[in-house]
Parts: sequence; C-alpha cells; structure tokens
Amino acid sequence: MTTMTADTQKISGVWSLANPGRFMGFANRAVPVMGTVAILLLLLGLYLSFNAPEDYQQGYTVLIMFIHVPAAWLAMMTYTIMAISAIGTIVWRHPMADVSLRSAAPLGAVFTFLALATGSLWGKPMWGTWWEWDARMTSVLILLIIYLGLIALSKAFEEPAEAAQPVAIMTLTGFVIIPVIKFSVDWWNTLHQPASVSRFDRPAMSAEFLYPLLVMAAAYMAIFFTLHIMTMRNEVLARRIRSIKRQAARRNSSKATLLHEDEA
Amino acid sequence: MKLTVDNMTLERGGEPIVSGIGFELAAGEALVITGENGSGKSTALRGMAGLLPLASGSVKLADETGKPFEGPVREYCHYLGHQNAMKSGLTVHDNLDFWRRFNGHPHLAVEEALEEVDLLHTADLPFHYLSAGQKRRVAIARLLVSDRPVWILDEPTSGLDAPSVATFTGLVKAFAESGGILVAATHLDLGINATRRLEFAA
Amino acid sequence: MLALLSRDIRLSLHSNGGSLTGLLFFLAVISVFPFAIGPDNALLSTLAPAILWIGALLASLLDLDRLFAQDREDGSLDILVMQTHPLALTMFVKALAHWLVTGLPLVLATPVFGIMLNLSFQGILATAGTLLVGTPAIAFIGTAGAAVAVRLPRGGMLISVLVLPLVIPVLIFGISAIRGALEETAPFTAPLLFLCAVTLFTSVLGPLAAAIMLRHSAD
Repeated sequence: MTTMTADTQKISGVWSLANPGRFMGFANRAVPVMGTVAILLLLLGLYLSFNAPEDYQQGYTVLIMFIHVPAAWLAMMTYTIMAISAIGTIVWRHPMADVSLRSAAPLGAVFTFLALATGSLWGKPMWGTWWEWDARMTSVLILLIIYLGLIALSKAFEEPAEAAQPVAIMTLTGFVIIPVIKFSVDWWNTLHQPASVSRFDRPAMSAEFLYPLLVMAAAYMAIFFTLHIMTMRNEVLARRIRSIKRQAARRNSSKATLLHEDEA
Repeated sequence: MKLTVDNMTLERGGEPIVSGIGFELAAGEALVITGENGSGKSTALRGMAGLLPLASGSVKLADETGKPFEGPVREYCHYLGHQNAMKSGLTVHDNLDFWRRFNGHPHLAVEEALEEVDLLHTADLPFHYLSAGQKRRVAIARLLVSDRPVWILDEPTSGLDAPSVATFTGLVKAFAESGGILVAATHLDLGINATRRLEFAA
Repeated sequence: MLALLSRDIRLSLHSNGGSLTGLLFFLAVISVFPFAIGPDNALLSTLAPAILWIGALLASLLDLDRLFAQDREDGSLDILVMQTHPLALTMFVKALAHWLVTGLPLVLATPVFGIMLNLSFQGILATAGTLLVGTPAIAFIGTAGAAVAVRLPRGGMLISVLVLPLVIPVLIFGISAIRGALEETAPFTAPLLFLCAVTLFTSVLGPLAAAIMLRHSAD
C-alpha cells in the first residue's frame, strides 16, 4: 500500500513540476537525497537477503528471487508510469510528459532484461535449461520486445518532438493489449503444457523471505525514481542543447564566428 | 583544356528529351543554360555529367594540344543537382570531410571552404539543423573541397538570399578565372566575361 | 574508400537506430516460432538452426532497401558514382558496411537466441559460425537486388522477392554444415567450404552486378 501512495504523490508532483525550469530545480535537489536513500535501502536489502535462510527445496538459488522478483515488478510498474505519461502527451500535449515517457523506456527495458536474465539463471539449476517457453517468461520477453520497439520508435525521428505523439499512442496501445497478450500466452501454454516445466506456484511466503523481498522492492523503486529523474534531467538538457544549436545555426555569421572562437 | 559536346541526344523511354546539342568551351569559359521548366535543362546537365547514358553524340574533354583526358569525363566534373548530397544526421564538417576524402584531389580544407560560404560557425552542427539556404551553401562548399576542372551546376542558387547569391557568383567567377569550365542552368548573371548562352525551348 | 566505410557505419549507427531495429526484428521472429511450433524443448532444439537461419535471413533482407534509397533521395548516389573509384569497389564497400552494422550484430546475438531455443553448445557454435560466413553473401547478393530496385518507390518487398531465390544455396550449405557439426555421419567441412566459396563468389559478383545496374539505370 505504501507504494500506491508514493505513486499517486509522484503523479500529483508531476503537475507542479510541469514547468521544465522548476523541474530542473527539483531534480537537482532531489537526486542526491533519493540516491542516498536508494543506496541505503539496497545495502539493507542485500544484507537481509544474504541472511535469509536457505530454502529447503531451492537452496541458495532462492537468493536470486530477491533480485529477480522486484525487477519483474519494476518492469511492470515502469510501463504503467509510461502509460500515464502517454496520456499526458496525448491529452495535454505536455512536453514534460514526453520527457518522462522517453526517459522511463530504457529503464523499463533494463529492469525487464534483469528479470529475464535472473530468471534464466534461476532456471538453469531448477529446470535444467537456461530458457523455458513458460508462460511467465514468454510474456516478459514480449514485454521486453515492446520496450525495445518503443525505444527504437522514439529514436527513429530526426526531431524528438515529432516522436512524442506516435510513441505515446503506441505505448497506450501496448498498455491496453498487454493483458490480452498475457492472457493468450497463458492460454497457449496450458494448451501445450510441456511435461518438463514445473510451474512455480508460490506458497505462502514466510516472513524471513517476505521482509528482504519488500526491502529490495523498495530499494528498486528508489533506484528507479532516482534514475528516472536523472534521465529526465538529461533529456531536458539535451533538448536545451538542441535548441541552442538551432539558434547557433540561425545566428548571423559574424557573431557566431566569435562564439565559435570563444568555444575553441 | 577544352570541353566539347557534340550532337548530344538524350532519351527517356524512347522519346528524345534533348536532341542535337553541341558546343565547345575553353578554359575560363562558361555556358549558361536557360529555358522553361521541363525543357530538358536538368536532363542535359545530367547527360554531360555522365549520369545519363547518351542516346547519341559525345561529351569529350581534351587538353590544349587536343589530346583527350584519360578516363570518363564525369571524373573531371563536379555536379551540383537539385539535391544537396548531404546526410542530415552528420555534422556539416563531417559531410564535407567525407566528400573531400572520397572524391580525391583535395582542394580547400573543410574549414576554408565553409569560410568561403560564410558558414564556418555551423561546422559542428548536424546538417538538418540548417535552413534550406544554408544547406545549399554547404552543397556549394562541396565544390571547393575537391578540385575538379569542370563544374556542372543545376539551379545552384535555389533558396539562396541576395548576399549568398553574391558570394556564389564571386566563387564561380574566381573558378572561371583560375581556368575552370562552367556549365550552369541558372537565370543569374554570373559576371563571367566569356559566357555563352543556350536557350532551351519547351 | 575507408571514408565511405566509416561514413556508412556511422550513419546506420547513430541515425534512426538501424542495427537495433534489425536485431529487434530478429528477436521478434525468433520468439514467434515457439508460438507456432509449441513450447516443446526437444522439437525447438531440433529446429533451432533452421529458425535462426531463417530469422537472420529475413532480418538481413529487411534493411536492404535502405542501402541505396537514402543515398538516392539526398543526391549522394550521383556523386558517389561519378568518382574515379571503380564503381564495383564502391558497391563492395557499401555492402561491407551494411553487413557490419546489420549482419554482424545478428551473428553476435545468435548465441543468446540459441540458448532460448534450447540449442546445444556445439549447435550454437555451428550456427553462429555458419551465419558469420554466410550472412555476408546475403548482403552481397542483396546489394545487386537493392541496385535494381533503387528507382522503385516501394522497392523493399520486391528486393526480398528478387533476392530470396538467389540466397537459397547459402541457406542449403549453411544448414548442411550445421548438420555436419551435430551429427556423426554428415560431412561438415565440405558444406562449410562450399559456403565460404559462395560468399567469396558473391562478394565479387554482387557488387559487380550492382555497379552495372546503377550505371545503366540512371535517371
């Protein structure tokens, strides 16, 4: 529940920070604080994780879960944030919404990749193969492809502002269709039901596993928001540089030559 | 050096677009081609540049003694068509530097060429940041970075403002005075003394 | 020529993420196969070399229309063909640059996708190896196809139709070499050498055909 309120605060926070200048001020103050919180939470989470007891079935491999599960959560949360940003782009055409969407996409892709890679590491001792076309892994793989496709789309335009609407529409389309994909992949998998796969049903988790997991999830979330604000700051700066360059091209040459010499 | 175009005919889909063009230009001379849209000016220029196969006739380049130059004429030509032949993603400097290295016979350094068209300040900017006129000026700077005795220019000043046109005519004049041969489709007065005119009827 | 190589590589790398899209297409094709075949690991690992080869083939064809279309649109192609360099050499360098940014990433990604298709270590090695030798041939033949289609407004699909039949030998020798590596009885060296020969042969023939095509199809 705490995560929910954090989310809603974030959204209402975006409104007051809709002005890029004010956002930059906020970002410069927030990044050190949030970064520190993220590192502390991560250290605590790792400490708790390594002190968690061995699972009687999975042995040490259960430790991967503390990395893997929050990554999968974050992969989904990031897409939700992107979808909300997409609404901001489509409805209000606000540039900061596009900045938020665009900066979240690579982070989401990284978390998704992390979930897949750790899942595959876990699968080797448990299933005997690195990769299993299990419903869960397959849907996460599709999510990764969607993330990468959105990144490719946002980079395909020469002028980033032109990419805002198409990327936002594709993001929202994905958000609507992802549950259908997930559902159909589940259905596809039960249809075939390969014998080798033991679908891992999670039993009620005991507290010594739950606490490290929650702390790790909080750490991941802090890392995400820190990085998101940092990448958004980069994007705002990149756009400023772009407009400065554009002005430099227009400037009459005598002035601009001077500027050039100053730079050199 | 002498450029001889003899009875040049160009066809498109079997239909003659340009037929029976012939002229001779010596070093320092210019030919200005005028005519309505669709009269075949661009086709004729592309034929001279070796970009279109000739249906009949010939384009030859020879030195003072009448000994023809080695290799095809196109290798001695600069061609400036309607497009600027620049990559929008690369910087102005990298675009020109590429042509300077690829085309061989380097002449002016990239910075010097940009200075000539008054665009040195854009050297490090991506090409697509430039306005249409600035882009055209960079394309003109391409003519300066490698050395070619013949310039074939198709509407070279489209999109240029008055000061840039003046800069351009200055460059062209200097080129002719240094012994170059110029063939251009333009309505401008290039200010070159030895200018011949060729009027195309539609 | 080095200038052309580095320009083309830089253009595909930092404008429009060309090689990322090709790789992504490869990944998408690979992940669609299990849906059609079923998540049966034994079956997938048998079919994996074929899936990887077809995926790489389709991904290589996908980008071919960009090879000359952009140069033609912005007028660079005119200037490229006017120079003293032998045009076939220019074509060869363009094909090489194209392969380095679109083909090579596919080869490098093959081990990862091979693992996903449950391919054995030796199978992965053989598939990646044959793709490394074979995909340049696709690029070289594709160069000729791209040169034919350069003037057509929607040439992309046509290039694939033209090029696919021509790359069948590449596919045959590539797959036979993989079978040779995985099965005791099948020969390995002979199909691999044939594959090398096809690549070397097309590295001359493809650019040459492209050069002739561009000279005579000018407009």
